[in-house]
Amino acid sequence: MTLATEPFILNIGPLHPSTHGVFRMRVVLDGEIIQDVEPVFGYLHRGVEKLFEQRTYKQNIPLSDRLDYVSAINNNWPYVMAVEQLANISVPQRAEYLRVIMAELQRIASHLLAVGSVMNDMGIFFTAFMYMFREREKIVDLLEMVTGQRLLYNYMRFGGVSQDIPTEFLPALDRFLKVMPGYLDEYDTMLAGNEILLSRTKGIGVLKAETAINNSASGPLLRGSGVNWDLRKSAPYSVYDKFEFDVPLGTAGDCYDRYIIRMAEMRQSLRIIKQAVEQMPAGKEKTPTPLRLRPPSKVRLLRVRLPPACTVKSRTRSLPVMVTFVIPTPRIVTSLEMTTVFDNTKVAQSESSATPPFSTAARNIG
Amino acid sequence: MTTNLDLNSIALRLKEQYGQVVFAEPDYLEVTAGALPHIAGYLKNTPGLDFDFLDMVTAADYTDRFELIYRLVSIKNNTVIALKVKCGRDRAEIPSLAGLWKGAQNQEREIYDLFGISFTGHPDMRRIVLWEGYEGHPLRKDFKEKAYDAGN
Amino acid sequence: MNEEIKRNLLFTTVDGALNWARKSSLWPVTAFTACCTFEFIGASSPRFDIARFGMEVLRASPRQADLLVCAGTLSWKMAPQIKRLYEQMAEPKWVVAMGACAISGGIFHDSYAVVPGYNRLVPVDVYIPGCPPRPEALLAGFETLRKKIAKDSITRPRA
Repeated sequence: MTLATEPFILNIGPLHPSTHGVFRMRVVLDGEIIQDVEPVFGYLHRGVEKLFEQRTYKQNIPLSDRLDYVSAINNNWPYVMAVEQLANISVPQRAEYLRVIMAELQRIASHLLAVGSVMNDMGIFFTAFMYMFREREKIVDLLEMVTGQRLLYNYMRFGGVSQDIPTEFLPALDRFLKVMPGYLDEYDTMLAGNEILLSRTKGIGVLKAETAINNSASGPLLRGSGVNWDLRKSAPYSVYDKFEFDVPLGTAGDCYDRYIIRMAEMRQSLRIIKQAVEQMPAGKEKTPTPLRLRPPSKVRLLRVRLPPACTVKSRTRSLPVMVTFVIPTPRIVTSLEMTTVFDNTKVAQSESSATPPFSTAARNIG
Repeated sequence: MTTNLDLNSIALRLKEQYGQVVFAEPDYLEVTAGALPHIAGYLKNTPGLDFDFLDMVTAADYTDRFELIYRLVSIKNNTVIALKVKCGRDRAEIPSLAGLWKGAQNQEREIYDLFGISFTGHPDMRRIVLWEGYEGHPLRKDFKEKAYDAGN
Repeated sequence: MNEEIKRNLLFTTVDGALNWARKSSLWPVTAFTACCTFEFIGASSPRFDIARFGMEVLRASPRQADLLVCAGTLSWKMAPQIKRLYEQMAEPKWVVAMGACAISGGIFHDSYAVVPGYNRLVPVDVYIPGCPPRPEALLAGFETLRKKIAKDSITRPRA
């Protein structure tokens, strides 16, 4: 027997325990199935691009930290690299390796947070989250050892990084590299066969490869749909061409695949860090640059894996003419018209399926 | 960025078909606003080219004109190409690419919000990050911020 | 009998009892807007363990909470929601401004979209500087708030 039901409109956010930031969705529900979603952005629009135009090149580095605040180092990178190319600044090899090590550590921290909070939102509550935060703190400690900060590191500089690693860092990193695979195994035993996780992610929020490409999805979202596109492989920047690592790919394109990919990427990051530590040469950590940079008039656009693409436009002045960041999240959230994009989406999964790194979808677009 | 396709020959082919295509920098094509949807569609749908991934859309204010930059990626060929479109400042209008790429939809809305360039044929041309009733477009170079508590 | 009374009865003022209850179980509302959130979550995670101070119960509903932790940048678009959230909280309630953005707009103070400080919207009791403040700083800030609560009196109306 079928019951006549009416669609139910629910407003989620902008402040909701599962948004971990500010993001609003107006969803049309039929029972537990999401029929339509209208995302509302801008609750954390901070006008960063305008601020970039009002500060000197160097003053802008801390601003780039705050774009995606759970992976600050990876946010520094495209901006710093773009300006380096504009002003023809060379980066010492050691600095490149330091960048890779720090960025990959940051990626693990970010993925832990992503997986942990998704688990939290879908009903495993704080259990998984607490485990993952335990390891995240270990990474934060490592990063703090080098940069002196816990969240927004302001680590990269034009022509290198702000400081070399202290002598205690490498032994500590070594200890971390030894224990982390064990922790990842622990998560796998705890989660990979977990009924709550399986029933709420398997076959849910299926994103087909063509739709993912058409909607400009990127990162684990795109690879979850089986598209082999990882900038570290396809367009290696920095020293990524010197490492051996795999790009984990999904098959079904559902939430479970995206979870599996994040777990697998953490292992790959560990692999990269291990190789980077082995290969890292001695030398200086940065080339000195003038306080007031005046790059020649040019445009440079750079894309780095993980959050943003960065465009910097210069005109022989000490202030950049224009800086643009493209954050992947809003692009794909465009496509939150679930019925056409994701098949079989349920309420609890809107979160994990739709918003890539995790749910601070509203961050700053622009 | 590695290039597996010869961008020069693509530019020549486009020139034959649509005219007015200038091959500017190593990976930029300058196209006119009118030809933009056709060229984008050609790049997207031609087998062998397959620029099916719209990486980003952004705009720049040159005080005398706007310039829009579309960055297309061909995942199959691992090639990137960028399209530049110039557009006047007083009646800024550009054909929308939201029909070709859904991913363009929100990015165009963002450009509309922050630069005031409107996209014809866009299904939902509203402000995206700023609230309704906000005056001005902040990323324009001549934008003057109103004192924030003047109205409150 | 006398001995029993001595062991089981405590004498204090009404203020003392109330303030003791209030300061020992501050329940924050989950209203986190930006970066500082993660230091707050860090503080509530096993390592810093905010539960030691009876604060681990994060309430999703403002009506069940008595502490608003302003963690992160506030945009003008978000401002009405925060104001409303504060108004929905039941008295007595306290506000902690966490981090530079919550205090003054911080690094974004000159942006067209950012509220330069939560104190333009809601009365703030304790300011915790930092960008973002470390969990230790956050705990110290809460300790300051508890001292402030301890001085409160029911005969003195709250602002």
